Amino acid sequence: MKNKVLQMLFAPNGAAPSAEAAAAQELPSFEDHSAQEKRHTTCYMCACRCGIEVTVEDNQVRFIRGNPDHPINKGVLCAKGNAGIMKQMSPAKLRNPLMRKPGTERGEGEFVEVSWDEALEHLTERLREIRATDPKKLAFFTGRDQMQALTGLWAQQFGTINWAAHGGFCSVNMAAAGLYSIGQSFWEFGDPDWDRAKYFMLWGVAEDHASNPIKIGIEKLKRRGAKFVAVNPVRTGYQAVADEWVPIRPGTDGMLALAMCHVLLSRDLVDWDYLGRYTNAPFLVIDNPGQGDDGLIARDDEDQPLVFDAASGTFVDGMTPGVQAALFGEYTLPAGRRTRTVMSLIAEKYLDPQYAPEKAAEVCGLPAETIERLALEMAHVAFKETIEIECEWTDWAGRKHDRFIGRPVAMHAMRGISAHSNGFQTCRALHLLQVFLGTIDVPGGHRAKAPFPRHTPPPIKPARDTAPNTPLSAPPLGFPTSPEDLVVDAQGRPLRIDKAYSWEAPLANHGLMHMVITNAVNGDPYPIDTLILFMANMAWNSTMNTNSVQDMLRAKDEEGNYKLPFLVVVDAFHSETVNFADLVLPDTTYLERHDAISMLDRPISEPDSPCDSVRVPVLEPDRNVRPWQEVLVDLAGRLGFPAFVDEQGQPKYEGYTDFITRWEKAPGVGFLAGWRGENGDQHMRGAPNPNQWERYKENGGFFQYHLPEHMRFYRFANRDYLEWAKEVGFNPSSKPIVMELYSEVLQKFRLAGQGLYDGPLPPESVDRERLVHYFDPLPQYYVPLEEQRVDAKRYPFHAINQRPMHMYHSWDSQNAWLRQITAQNYLFMNRGRGERLGIEDKSWVWVESHNGRIRAQVKLMEGCQEDTVWTWNAIGKQSGAWGLSPDAPESKRGFLMNHLISELLPAADDERRLTNSDPVTGQAAWYDLQVSITPAEPEEAGSSWPHFDTVKPLPGAPTPPDQLRYQTHEAVPLRRSFLDIIKRR
Amino acid sequence: MKLGLVIDTDTCVGCHACVVACKQWNTSGTLGPLTDYQPYGKEPSGVAFNRVRTYEVDTYPNNKTINMPMSCMHCETADCVTVCPTGASFKRAEDGIVLVDQDKCMGCNLCAWACPYGARELDEAVGTMKKCTLCVDRIYDEQLPEAERQPACVITCPTSARTFGDLDDPDSQVSRLVRERNGYQSMPELGYNPVNHYLPPRHKPHAETTPGASLPSLTERFKSWLDKAVVR
Repeated sequence: MKNKVLQMLFAPNGAAPSAEAAAAQELPSFEDHSAQEKRHTTCYMCACRCGIEVTVEDNQVRFIRGNPDHPINKGVLCAKGNAGIMKQMSPAKLRNPLMRKPGTERGEGEFVEVSWDEALEHLTERLREIRATDPKKLAFFTGRDQMQALTGLWAQQFGTINWAAHGGFCSVNMAAAGLYSIGQSFWEFGDPDWDRAKYFMLWGVAEDHASNPIKIGIEKLKRRGAKFVAVNPVRTGYQAVADEWVPIRPGTDGMLALAMCHVLLSRDLVDWDYLGRYTNAPFLVIDNPGQGDDGLIARDDEDQPLVFDAASGTFVDGMTPGVQAALFGEYTLPAGRRTRTVMSLIAEKYLDPQYAPEKAAEVCGLPAETIERLALEMAHVAFKETIEIECEWTDWAGRKHDRFIGRPVAMHAMRGISAHSNGFQTCRALHLLQVFLGTIDVPGGHRAKAPFPRHTPPPIKPARDTAPNTPLSAPPLGFPTSPEDLVVDAQGRPLRIDKAYSWEAPLANHGLMHMVITNAVNGDPYPIDTLILFMANMAWNSTMNTNSVQDMLRAKDEEGNYKLPFLVVVDAFHSETVNFADLVLPDTTYLERHDAISMLDRPISEPDSPCDSVRVPVLEPDRNVRPWQEVLVDLAGRLGFPAFVDEQGQPKYEGYTDFITRWEKAPGVGFLAGWRGENGDQHMRGAPNPNQWERYKENGGFFQYHLPEHMRFYRFANRDYLEWAKEVGFNPSSKPIVMELYSEVLQKFRLAGQGLYDGPLPPESVDRERLVHYFDPLPQYYVPLEEQRVDAKRYPFHAINQRPMHMYHSWDSQNAWLRQITAQNYLFMNRGRGERLGIEDKSWVWVESHNGRIRAQVKLMEGCQEDTVWTWNAIGKQSGAWGLSPDAPESKRGFLMNHLISELLPAADDERRLTNSDPVTGQAAWYDLQVSITPAEPEEAGSSWPHFDTVKPLPGAPTPPDQLRYQTHEAVPLRRSFLDIIKRR
Repeated sequence: MKLGLVIDTDTCVGCHACVVACKQWNTSGTLGPLTDYQPYGKEPSGVAFNRVRTYEVDTYPNNKTINMPMSCMHCETADCVTVCPTGASFKRAEDGIVLVDQDKCMGCNLCAWACPYGARELDEAVGTMKKCTLCVDRIYDEQLPEAERQPACVITCPTSARTFGDLDDPDSQVSRLVRERNGYQSMPELGYNPVNHYLPPRHKPHAETTPGASLPSLTERFKSWLDKAVVR
């Protein structure tokens, strides 16, 4: 072929063909497509799970592009997804199972390679012993994985309650607030209606979140001329293209949202019909101060909530179709109890001057006029630019409607809202604002994604009791609805190692992964034997208080035994945490494995279509590595978990793919919803299909079920949808989902704090106080907990962090292409503020918090709220980790903010140490950090501080190359003919 | 034909997707490999045909962030071609793509000096100049599905901020965008007549407010609500 190309190039072209013809003719064939193969799988360069088409040539990746048919990314791909080749090329890839070298200390980084048999036999014996004695001595916590349905099932079958994924330090506030209020939330739970919204408010969304879907959506909005408002202390990323930037002071978003509620109420700009019909606004709340029923919803004998029927003047079941429910007022029940409607309580609370824009202006650092204007702009779009979709649908009571009314105001929110200790209530405040405007699951508003909406909250209670060799009777994580559901012992002490579902964090729906090492090492509430960490960098950027946590991992008791006896780290790459492992199990990369991205897990559905997808291997691993999910199924068989063995006690599944194909959560409901039934002709629910994986491969690696139009909106009250959702196993009931503006669940905990609850009560006064202050049944704003305890004069700045758009947490510093874009993080601060403090651009400063200090290099910028400093976190690395050379800027000049953040709140007198988390959910309060900034001495400039010892290379690790020249085939050159040079000079 | 890119700064969020898509396509493309220096070392860098520059305009709190992806503009008056002593740099007559014949390039850097846009990239490993080819090895490849015969940066852009086409054809999408959105050339005063164009940020959408009802006092407001009932 090459000769032909050369001939063509040097062919005399005196009688030149037309220019257009020449263009096509004179080009060589650049790619030998016959030597290439295209395979469809799912990206894993972040959590979005976009569909990708990978072109493979000689077991190497030629090109990764977005799958144009895929519902998530529709053909586009971000910088991370485009850099998959260099993830695969990373010199930090683990190559073999490793054990800490006998005679060396943990953290020294001395390992010996072992076989998989040896590693798994060793681990199985240890786990078998734990399971036979006290299963909760195994703690299993996972990071940014996408297989929580499997790991949760595994933990449940093992019988340990000490399992959770990373949600507790990620965004549980968002998930919990949504699921306890509106039955869905932001992120995986729901999306703005990008195709119809006319006004979009983005709250606290960092650059690295919802990568392609948000980008695609924002472009749609802008093309249509919708207004895009960004509420964020920092103007980078998405905020760059916002039509209006609202530089809010961190941690005050709840106040902003509630002040907007104040404006809407005071101007009577509320969707009353929506509120009255779909929420608990008309429900009657018992007004009986000092008694155990105070603040509970008044109920009839069938436990149904009561409303006052204005037509008949009687109290009736609030779920009676057609009842004329009074929205306001005080009513005395026949038994003499006084009640008020939820809406009366709401109006009274938020019309109070403490929520007036002028008050919020002081708190949020924004002009009062801006707050008022934004509220009125949204009201205008919601009520004056209403949209309608003509479509017959039936509501929960069987009433026919001929159209869907849409209020085209959409919002999205993420960690800027949730990573504060007031984030749960802040997120509830956002939902209240959305509901006032009538925008939840309506055209143009915020739309649920299957399996959401679910009931508020979903009826799953967390497991509490453990017993040797016995699976848990319930999943380790669930949704408490009263103090009886807490995972505490008879004395009220925490039963979980992370103290989730204890009085300190009652609604800790995702656990508190950030507390596991501290608690385990302190033996508080008890010591454990083994900690398995999967894909979580808990000795570095995923932990608070990194330096101390590393010390804890090395800590020994008086007898010289490690306080945390055995640490198993499962990862694909040489992270800082691998360095502390006793046993390292090497995982594959995302291009080398099978995965099911399931609706039982973190779903990838779109508002109009429940979806799931798969990963399939596109490359053969060249190392002695195994996919962790494969190892989990293997271990489950070895340990004889009931769900994984047959009657003879023999492993039931050949491996992960077989497990995914055959395992059923309920009859006909499995991990993958597409092509079920023996012949693959059933969707959503059906018998296992032995050829299901093949069908996914044939269909581009994903499954998308298109909901009929009449089931696409108002799903919380849409009968056909609710019945279908029950049929396919999303919800156990087809009852309507009532949005809980007023949370009776929170009130029960508050009553417990007041000592009035007829049930378990917290034994310690600090818990009682926290329940009283922070469990307001209506959304509230309070000053974040760290800020309440530190001296604002001494630590005047809020310190927050995000990842750049082209990087995902700690992963991408090992990526040769992405680190060319960013290899050092800076401390960004407002230019004017910096200059007033005498801090120059690019100078070095000390950043100090109550927990310690770091040295960092400053960059001054305009787009930063004046009381805020921020950085790209997770770029700072421990020297030698992640396959980087010891002098890499990531470790010499980059820094971690984590050193400044304590996992515990500053100590207070006569009080046990409390987690630095949201008091409702246990969400890690990363963004509550308060710091001071002072210039460093001239001789201190040039390097960050603290420094850590250089991590040693692992056995068999390749020497990272000084130069990379990646290509999958020799380039086919394009030459210029000499004739052309002569003719056109 | 005058092939080029139109880049929309109204929607570009500076995500670098185009930068990396360009890198991964072209490192195995006609000018590949695109060498990376110290990929895991002290000063990581490498050959890249496309880079995003980010600017802040105006001062806090009225500041605006602008992202400008920059690659070869495929200028009509391409000085980088004129100054080339070996004839390695050329602008194709057929479509206006500016290319470098790697066999004829001696890596003298004159073209890089001539280019005000910083589009030229010397591959130090081989000593030749490389640059954006507009993915000439994709756009004419008839074995690719038609929708894919676009530069890698264009097909990947998550905010559809990049459009590729013939700026000679007044009916092409790129020409229409330039007309309708007041597309502009970067630094036209230098006289190179770049083919690539940028679209400025759109005007802010007009957002109306609705005043709602005003009442003399909150007591009045409550009173007005007292009889409010809704059908469940």
